[in-house]
Amino acid sequence: MKIHEYQAKEILRKYNVPVPNGILVSKKSEAAQAAKKIGTSVVVVKAQIHAGGRGKGGGVKLAKSPQEAEKHAGNILGMTLVTPQTGAEGRLVKKVLIEEGMSIAKELYMGILVDRETSQVLIMASEAGGMEIEEVAADTPEKIIKETVDPVIGVQPYLARKIAFALNIKGAALKAVIPFIINLYDAFVKEDCSMLEINPLVITSDDRVLALDAKVDIDDNAMYRHKDTQEFRDLDEEDPSEVDASKFNLNYIKLDGNIGCMVNGAGLAMGTMDIIKLSGGEPANFLDVGGGADEEMIENGFRIILSDSAVKGIFINIFGGILRCDILARGVVAATKKLHIKIPVVVRMEGTNMEEGHQILKDSGLNFAIGKGMKDGAQKVVKAIK
Amino acid sequence: MSILVDENTRLITQGITGREGMFHTEQSMKYGTKVVGGVTPGKGGQTVLGKVPVFNTVRDAVVKTKANATMVFVPPPFAADAILEAADAGIELIICITEGIPVSDMVNVYKYLQGTESRLVGPNCPGVISPGKAKIGIMPAHIHKKGNVGIISRSGTLTYEAVGQLTALGIGQSTCVGIGGDPIIGTRFIDVLKLFQRDRGTKAICMIGEIGGTAEDEAAYYIKKNVTKPVVGFIAGQTAPPGRRMGHAGAIISGGQGTAEEKMKIMKRCGIKVVKSPADLGKTIQKAL
Repeated sequence: MKIHEYQAKEILRKYNVPVPNGILVSKKSEAAQAAKKIGTSVVVVKAQIHAGGRGKGGGVKLAKSPQEAEKHAGNILGMTLVTPQTGAEGRLVKKVLIEEGMSIAKELYMGILVDRETSQVLIMASEAGGMEIEEVAADTPEKIIKETVDPVIGVQPYLARKIAFALNIKGAALKAVIPFIINLYDAFVKEDCSMLEINPLVITSDDRVLALDAKVDIDDNAMYRHKDTQEFRDLDEEDPSEVDASKFNLNYIKLDGNIGCMVNGAGLAMGTMDIIKLSGGEPANFLDVGGGADEEMIENGFRIILSDSAVKGIFINIFGGILRCDILARGVVAATKKLHIKIPVVVRMEGTNMEEGHQILKDSGLNFAIGKGMKDGAQKVVKAIK
Repeated sequence: MSILVDENTRLITQGITGREGMFHTEQSMKYGTKVVGGVTPGKGGQTVLGKVPVFNTVRDAVVKTKANATMVFVPPPFAADAILEAADAGIELIICITEGIPVSDMVNVYKYLQGTESRLVGPNCPGVISPGKAKIGIMPAHIHKKGNVGIISRSGTLTYEAVGQLTALGIGQSTCVGIGGDPIIGTRFIDVLKLFQRDRGTKAICMIGEIGGTAEDEAAYYIKKNVTKPVVGFIAGQTAPPGRRMGHAGAIISGGQGTAEEKMKIMKRCGIKVVKSPADLGKTIQKAL
């Protein structure tokens, strides 16, 4: 789950990782007051959306007076912010974070993630702060410091020192950065983050070390043990149809095409999207109904696929293992009748109770096309909508 | 021949008294797998499915039944603990079906297992089947046929798809291994490739990957150097958008890494016969044999 910068910083504060003083504001009229309260000669007004690259889209502004902060807040709140990560449609800004400005001596990068190669936690750091780390990794990989953490001992002071020296941190800042790294790792593990990125991590001219920006993703699988973080979920940042699907345990992702698909299993669902494309069509979505789908789930799956007005045809591709074809067929028939589906529906079923499933479709009197194998099914649905 | 599971496998199920655990234990027994017991803490002393003894701890089960494999159906919050318990009791093969285990739990499990003799398959996987010999997992048994193609896959239903195509062509399978769709898994492509290369009963290998991570790339380089048997490959998610998790926790293109295109390119370069369409897996393996 993605969370906002101000929420990430709330987490960091809890673990004694220094962050700038800041106040969250959702109305223009509150901005000047917030800037006054912060009290620094310069404040920063930052749009709060889940996507990165906010500065490039005009979502981060410096203000030299409370009046200027109010002006910027007025411009940013309610704007549709387009960044390299939002896509062309952009995101509506509903909140801004007003933070203290500071005199920056050095900008660094620090990220913590679970490294799939070693299956362990990895700390990445670089002196090239403020830049996209992917670009640094591609152009100058030698500038990235990597340290794998042993989960038994965690980040000990020696490891934090090793990273700090490699970053050429000196003097009073060196003393401050050691607990910074140790506490950051602590936050990562205890809050079940799947990614934690501080870019930039700044050293101020008076040798303070702070997380100027913070990007945190929380492991969805660990949500059950973080009741307080659950409240961080911002439904405004998610696609409404995806939110709807998640209520029914359906794994749905909206795409740009016009052929809706309903599949059991994530791999087969991706494979189905691929074969639609290879057959000359464009998939409208990813939808995995899982192994335990019942009639209600299938009906909801249909409803969510059809809520996308671009959908001109539906391809159902099921390889029944735990999910029995007869149950699926009953669900498909019921949903087709109930939702008065008029667009072409192609069904491909194989596996457990396949014959019964086909019989149920046939007896329904509805006009389903049957795919013999996934290739035939994909070709039939592509043809049907042309 | 086959790998990992066969007639000598003595299986217990952790979480045997749960709905899923009970159902799939029964299915595995029906297929001919030697099920010697089950574990549910607090329910030791019961007998289920007519003859299967339930124990409180994995240690008890191992002492009484000489179990050498376990199938884990324990719910996500307790599954990591179940894997650790099995490893502590000296179980050689731990197959974890459970989906949804927190990654940080798996970081610890992975580290702990490195100091033991146990092999973990999964989590978030359909299990392992050696057709005609034994099945540990949730795959539909009837689509399989005994034979000489080894299958390794990150996806459950896509494996069934490949198996279904092969069986329809009259081609059987030596062993099918679902390694799981999570970012941290106990057994990777390379581990299984090593076993298939050594197995005299396996003549060709089918490798089914998906977007996310670089496990397929590592496997491809390994194949180029070490595998002499023909390998046919497919990567799911050629049309998947970057930055989105496609169902599996591990199926995500992040920072431009882990795209299907890149994986397929490397696999091709390493001599693997890569198919673009999953519908072509069966035919391509037939040709390779």
